[in-house]
Amino acid sequence: MEIGMLPISASKRGKLLAAGYTTLHSILRTSTTHLVRDIEVSESEALEILNFATRSNDLDKSSGSNTNVIDGGQTAWDMLNEERFSSLITTSCLDLDNILGGGINCKEVTEIGGVPGIGKTQIGIQLAVNVQIPLDYGGLGGKAIYIDTEGSFMVERVLQIAEACIEDMSEYSHHFHKDNQAFGVKMHPNSILENIFYFRVCSYTEQIALVNYLDKFVTEHKDVKIIIIDSVTFHFRQDFDDMALRTRLLGEMSLKLMKLAKNLSLAVVMLNQVTTKHIEGSFQLTLALGDSWSHSCTNRIILYWNGDERHAYIDKSPSLKSASAPYSVTSRGIRNSTSSSKRIKMV
Amino acid sequence: MVLAGNNKESWFRGQKRKMANKLINQLGLPKSIANIFTARNIITAKDALSLTEFELMELLDVGMSEVTSAMAHISELVCPPCQTALLLMEQRVRNESLAGHLPTQLKGLDEALCGGIPFGVVTELVGPPGIGKTQFCLKLSLLASLPVNYGGLDGRVIYIDVESKFSSKRLIEIGTKSFPEIFHKKGMAQEMAGRILILRPTSLSEFAESEHDCGASRQQALGWHVSFIKSLAEFSRIPIVLTNQVRSHVGDESLMYSFQAQSRSTKGDIPVTFDSHLVAALGINWAHAVTIRLVLESKSGKRFIKLAKSPMSPPLAFPFHITSSGIVLLDNDGIEMKGPEISTIHCQGQNALFNLEMAGH
Repeated sequence: MEIGMLPISASKRGKLLAAGYTTLHSILRTSTTHLVRDIEVSESEALEILNFATRSNDLDKSSGSNTNVIDGGQTAWDMLNEERFSSLITTSCLDLDNILGGGINCKEVTEIGGVPGIGKTQIGIQLAVNVQIPLDYGGLGGKAIYIDTEGSFMVERVLQIAEACIEDMSEYSHHFHKDNQAFGVKMHPNSILENIFYFRVCSYTEQIALVNYLDKFVTEHKDVKIIIIDSVTFHFRQDFDDMALRTRLLGEMSLKLMKLAKNLSLAVVMLNQVTTKHIEGSFQLTLALGDSWSHSCTNRIILYWNGDERHAYIDKSPSLKSASAPYSVTSRGIRNSTSSSKRIKMV
Repeated sequence: MVLAGNNKESWFRGQKRKMANKLINQLGLPKSIANIFTARNIITAKDALSLTEFELMELLDVGMSEVTSAMAHISELVCPPCQTALLLMEQRVRNESLAGHLPTQLKGLDEALCGGIPFGVVTELVGPPGIGKTQFCLKLSLLASLPVNYGGLDGRVIYIDVESKFSSKRLIEIGTKSFPEIFHKKGMAQEMAGRILILRPTSLSEFAESEHDCGASRQQALGWHVSFIKSLAEFSRIPIVLTNQVRSHVGDESLMYSFQAQSRSTKGDIPVTFDSHLVAALGINWAHAVTIRLVLESKSGKRFIKLAKSPMSPPLAFPFHITSSGIVLLDNDGIEMKGPEISTIHCQGQNALFNLEMAGH
């Protein structure tokens, strides 16, 4: 029933059906005056229904070269050109950047999960600092939003990572631009801290409200280039008796985040926890929130222990190969692993 | 828990929290739509946010655009206030002693923790029985009650003693041996000890595992406790320290992800070790929830306190022993651990542990 697809209230839909408008085509053939008379709505409401119907109908038509007629449609060629200039945020670990194709992608939602203590919050904080690396140093010069659901955001650690980042940048400029005095105004760690917008979320209702509000917030703060949610799981693991409702709410939340990422060209990074699952007769580790949640992100990275080393594994990605890379957590933040055998393993 | 300092800002944030329970008709929405919400039994903001926008559209019988704009309005009011990392840091430096840390007076540990046990988060002490968790708690209670010029917080302490292990005699002994200048002053011992309030739950049933509780509901109850304790720590900006027990974990291999299992099978058999070691009780959800985990263990006759989980410290292990003045570190530099060793808990030499305990009293 095509009428069912129109985003109008149930009672209006009911009136359309009762008046004999059973297909989109029948609505398109009529005029606003007829609609006003037949279903007893105002002029403006009738016009709104006609607009919805027209738009719905256009989506069914196959696209020609003129994509402007269709809302939100884009040819693959246009997308390729856009992706070439898409921005990447470095993780400060070369091996990890390599398997990510250069870094965390703006315009995409990336989920990072792992056992406690593996370094999820560390990567989150590192990205919140790295997004601010100025354009002169190959960064995005952007700001970050850090959504903290567990209280794991330790300001002392942000300061450590910010100071190390600034030191690395001045070392870089010292090496490559010895003669250029004007290169690189030395940043102060406080300005890095100032550019991280921090929200502390204490319940799932606050989390949902915040995701709804982000649209407005980011439109007002156009230089935000990354949103980190640490962790997306925490408030959804308790308080829910109705699992089906949880799945629907999570689904809607992740759709909103994907839209945000795509429309405003920013990176969304969701940190997730780990749980055990009984598969094929044994217990295995898996990311929390269930199977349907696995569809909610574009890329999925799992952090795990491989012997004595921390590794990151690309579990799911439409464009990246499944590979794993070692990384380490140092006092300066996320860095390359120090072991001698740091080959990237292709799986 | 230690209550110290002025917490106006955190109180204000606490007030904003209650927005989620506000009635929809008090949120400043246009009358027409507010009435529709109430008519359909969506009374509080939380009720509205617990449904998807599509469901709301069906339930309220209005168009999508009206739902979206109403929800945008409600969401803006319910969502938490925006701060910056800089603001957080400045508040703490300004309002709290040592920018929000309780020094343990164990030099290596305090350095690794950027000053001491942090305010606002949950710190866990886990280890086998007799290793020194209670000794550490006793010392911390004293340290929190000490005046600021002696490195304390000049505050009060709530000591929740579930296993009836608190010994006031031992507390005074630690105090007298560690801070003789204070404790020999007249009335000081009484003053310090008077700041520590010991609560003993009247029955253990609330804390004991019920035989009838299956995994899922026990996890839920635990989840509630976790949220509550964390919120309490954060809004009052106090350090919360708790102890946890250990249980044995006999496993032929540690838990892995499905992609790891696949690559293992192609490599051929790796020798299986039936290693019996200890793990912290309460499972992986709990491990995610605590912010700092200090593991106390005994290995090759020596005791170690290690930073198994800390967002701002490398995983260091410090050897320690227990004297009449409490826990003392034998080496302030610490050994850095790698890999699974960080979270495994060793327990060897039971006899040695008991002897030291006796000596402590």
